[in-house]
Amino acid sequence: MSKAVHAKNLNIYYGSFLAVEGVDIEIKPKTVTALIGPSGCGKSTFLRSINRMHEVIPGARVEGSLTLDGKELYGPGVDPVGVRRQIGMVFQRPNPFPTMSIYENVIAGQKLNNKRAGKKATDELVERSLRGANLWNEVKDRLDKPGSGLSGGQQQRLCIARAIAVQPDVLLMDEPCSALDPISTLAIEDLINELKTDYTIVIVTHNMQQAARVSDFTGFFNIEGTGKPGHLVEMDETKTIFSQPKQKATEDYVSGRFG
Amino acid sequence: MTSDTRTDTDRARTDGELTEQAVVPMPLVRGELPRWAPWGILVASLVVVGGILAATGNFGIGLTLVLGALLYAGATYVVSRFVEGGRKATDRVVTIVVTVAFLIALIPLISVVVTVIQNGLARFDGAFFGNSMRGVVGAGGGGYHAIMGTLIITALAAVMSIPIGILTAVYLVEYGKGRLARAITFFVDVMTGIPSIVAGLFAFAFFALFAGPGIRFGFGGAVALSILMIPVVVRSTEEMLKIVPNELREAAYALGTPKWRTIVKVVIPTSIAGIASGVTLAIARVIGETAPLLIIAGLTTGVNLNPFSGRMTTLPVFAYNSYAAPGVPREPFVDRAWTSALVLIIIVLVLNLLARLVAKLFAPKTR
Repeated sequence: MSKAVHAKNLNIYYGSFLAVEGVDIEIKPKTVTALIGPSGCGKSTFLRSINRMHEVIPGARVEGSLTLDGKELYGPGVDPVGVRRQIGMVFQRPNPFPTMSIYENVIAGQKLNNKRAGKKATDELVERSLRGANLWNEVKDRLDKPGSGLSGGQQQRLCIARAIAVQPDVLLMDEPCSALDPISTLAIEDLINELKTDYTIVIVTHNMQQAARVSDFTGFFNIEGTGKPGHLVEMDETKTIFSQPKQKATEDYVSGRFG
Repeated sequence: MTSDTRTDTDRARTDGELTEQAVVPMPLVRGELPRWAPWGILVASLVVVGGILAATGNFGIGLTLVLGALLYAGATYVVSRFVEGGRKATDRVVTIVVTVAFLIALIPLISVVVTVIQNGLARFDGAFFGNSMRGVVGAGGGGYHAIMGTLIITALAAVMSIPIGILTAVYLVEYGKGRLARAITFFVDVMTGIPSIVAGLFAFAFFALFAGPGIRFGFGGAVALSILMIPVVVRSTEEMLKIVPNELREAAYALGTPKWRTIVKVVIPTSIAGIASGVTLAIARVIGETAPLLIIAGLTTGVNLNPFSGRMTTLPVFAYNSYAAPGVPREPFVDRAWTSALVLIIIVLVLNLLARLVAKLFAPKTR
C-alpha cells in the first residue's frame, strides 16, 4: 500500500513564473510529513504537484524529478488521472458532493469511475472507510442523507473517508483543519495518527502545534520576498526542527520571530 | 487653501463648544408612527382625492388612484418627518415608490391573463381540442391542428437546441480558452438579439436551396426556432455551470476521475436544476414565435402530423391568421384566436411547473 515520494531538484512553474524552486525531499512510507511555512511560500503548490493537481490551473508545469517508489510521476506517457488514483487528496474546505448521499460520497471514487462491485462488497467498503475516518458511529443510521447536511468536521472526515475508499498509496492533506473547530481538529489529528499505519501522509499546515503533534518529519518552506520563488529551507525529524533546527530562518519561524 | 484648512482645524480644536457639539450622541428613543398609520394615511389620501374629484365632477378610478398615490407619498413623508425624523421618512417614501413600481409592473400581467381567460373561455371546449379547421367556414371548428403543430415544431426545436446549447456551454466553461471561446461567446451574444423574422428568413432561404422556392414545412420552422433557442440555452447553462464551485471539480479530479466524467457526473448534476429552468425559459421564449413560422412552416387548415412534408399551423400563427383574415361572420374566428392564446399560455404555464418540479427533484439537498 504505502509508498515513498521522492523529489529531486523540482521546479514548479505557473506559466513563466517560477513558483517553487529546487525542492529536494524524501518522504518515507508510513510516516506523516508536515510542510510548514508562511503563506505564499509554495508548500500547497508543492503538495498539489505530488498528485499533479496543480495542472488543473492552465500553464502549470514542473521541471526536475518526482518519483513514487522510484516511478517517475512526470515521465512521458504518465496519465495524471492514474497518478491521482494512487495519491489521494483532502482539501482545505470540506467539499462533499452536494448531489450525493453520505453513502454515495464515500464510494464517489468508484462511482465516478464506473467501477461496479456487488452490494455486499460496496457496503463493506463504505463501513470500512467510514470507520477508518472515525465517522461510522455518527452516520451509520443516516447513510442515505445528503453529505452536505453534516457538520463541518464531519464533512471533512467524510472527505477523508472518500479519499481512503479508493485505497491510495499516499494521502495529501492541504490544511485539512483550518476550517474546523478545536474538537473536530482533534478528531482529525487522532485520525491522522491512525491512518499513518497504512498510508504515507503529507500534510500542509499553518498550525505549528499541529505539525509538532501529528508529524514524524517536518519540512520548512520559505520565500525571500514577493515575486521570488519559494524553496524548501530544511527538512528533518519534527523534534529536531522544533528544538534545534540547522537554519536560522527555521528557528525564527518555529519560535514565532518571523517577520 | 492649505492654510485655510489649517486655521479651520485649529479653530475647531480650540473651540471646545464645537467639538462637543460634533460628538452629541444620537438619541436612542425616537417618535414612531403607530402600525395603522400608513394604512390610515392611504385611505385618507384616497378619500380626499376622490372627494375633491367628485366635487369638481371629474371622478374616475384611475385618476383617483394615481393622484391618491402621489398625495399618499407626500403626506407620509410630511407626517413621518414630523414624528420620526428625516431618515425614516425617506425610508417610508422609498418603500412606497418601490411598491408602486411593483404594482405598475403587475398591471399588464394581470390584465393580459384576465382578458385572455375572459375572451378565451367562450371556445375553450372539447370541440376546440378535437377539431381542425378543415372545411369550417363559420362557427365550430377548432385548433387541434395548431396545437399539434406547436407541440411538434417546438419539441423538434428543443431536441435540436438543448444538446447543442448545453454542449456549447460546457465547452465554453470547461474547455474553452482563447480566441475560439471568445468568438463563440461574442456570436452567442449577437444571436441572442437577432430578430425572429431573420431566423425565419434564414431557414426559408436555406431550405429553398434544396427544395426550391415556396418550400413550407414544419421541420423548417423547428430549425428557425432552434436558431432563436440555442443562444438562450447557451447563456443560461453557461451561467449555471459557472457557479458550480471549483472545489467540487477538484474533489473529483483528486479521486482520479477524468475530466469528462467529472463534467457528466459532478458538474452537470450539481447545476441541473438551474439548467432545467433555463431550458424551460428558452422553450417558452420560442413557443410563441409567429413571424418565422409564418414564413417557413406556413399555414394550413387541416391536421398535418408529419413535420417533413406539408405546411403546418402553430397556435400563434393560427391566432394571428384568425384575427387578421377572418371569414364571415367574424365572431367565431376572433373567439378561436383568443382560445388559441389561452391554450398557449396554459402550455407555457405547464412547462414552467414541470421545470420547477425537475429543479426540485434534482436540486442538491442539505437534509
